Amino acid sequence: MEWLSLKEWSPYLVGIGIGLLNCIAFLLSDKPLACSTAYSRTSGMIEGLCLGPKVADKAYYKKFPPTIEWDWMLVLGVIIGAFFSAMLSGQFHLEWVPAKWSLTFGNTPFVRWMAAFIGGIIMGIGARWAGGCTSGHGISGTLQLAVSSWLAAICFFIGGILTAMLIF
Amino acid sequence: MEISKVFKGLHTRKGIQLVIGLLLGTPFGFLLQKGGVTRYDVIIGQLLLTDFTVVKVMLSAVVTGMIGAHLLRSFGLVTLHPKPGSLGSSVIGGLIFGVGFALLGYCPGTIAGAVGQGSLDGLLGGMAGILLGAGLFAQAYPKLDRSILKRADFGELTFPQLFKVNPWIIVLPVAIGIVLLLLLIEKSGL
Repeated sequence: MEWLSLKEWSPYLVGIGIGLLNCIAFLLSDKPLACSTAYSRTSGMIEGLCLGPKVADKAYYKKFPPTIEWDWMLVLGVIIGAFFSAMLSGQFHLEWVPAKWSLTFGNTPFVRWMAAFIGGIIMGIGARWAGGCTSGHGISGTLQLAVSSWLAAICFFIGGILTAMLIF
Repeated sequence: MEISKVFKGLHTRKGIQLVIGLLLGTPFGFLLQKGGVTRYDVIIGQLLLTDFTVVKVMLSAVVTGMIGAHLLRSFGLVTLHPKPGSLGSSVIGGLIFGVGFALLGYCPGTIAGAVGQGSLDGLLGGMAGILLGAGLFAQAYPKLDRSILKRADFGELTFPQLFKVNPWIIVLPVAIGIVLLLLLIEKSGL
């Protein structure tokens, strides 16, 4: 079982594994693997806690009800799975500022926190705007040969590469 | 009893589906972490075109999943669910997502994995931001839906439908193209 505690696996092996998981998801759950809807549901749940149950009447939450569903459990599983993987390889550690960020922008946690927060807001809007994220469109959608997903995935990288080149 | 009926019987059982979601998410997160793509440095390296790990993981997942899912479909075991889209939603939303992708350095799936390995900027910065962004979108959705999201709408279209051919006519060349691209990336030492 030594392979479970390796720090890294071949990216090709990892990709093949994710592709197979997608097939299993279609088979067992009739759904493609996708993560971003769970955030929309959580956001609706938090809003519901603050503003009451009428939040569920919003048009968007009629489409994606703010309740715990399959995709929500999937994202919870991702956190747990990555935790196990990192624990087994001794990589788990609390980190405020990633190394590559601190090389360019310094290691002040607040600055990194703000950038991550603002980036997160933009990404949250973009993911719902495009109807999916790097998993739902980028992998699960493109493998179904969906036109929407190929367009979105290409635009994720165009926007991402241009922005990264600008800020670094 | 037909095997496809066994699977279809599972699809409507909500409690079991929640457990299956968790059981699929856990290896998904495990794989993402082992692949290195739950790390900010690796994702930003991809966007700066210095580290091609993300592309390697994604494209090998696409080839495997594309062949697998279309095989299962040909055997009548699964139904595919291509997402609907439009230029207004897929292109504009995709570009907005990309800007956030570069600022945050994670995506909605890999950030969950990053949090699992201890990323605090991911948990308190990025995840909080994604939740707020998703909430803002839900608030603006009725207006956006009327104005932009339906621009040049093409619905749940797939390339085989667009070109009116058997899916395998597209699957095979795309698979070969992706494998060649990966070989090229390896060969150029990226």
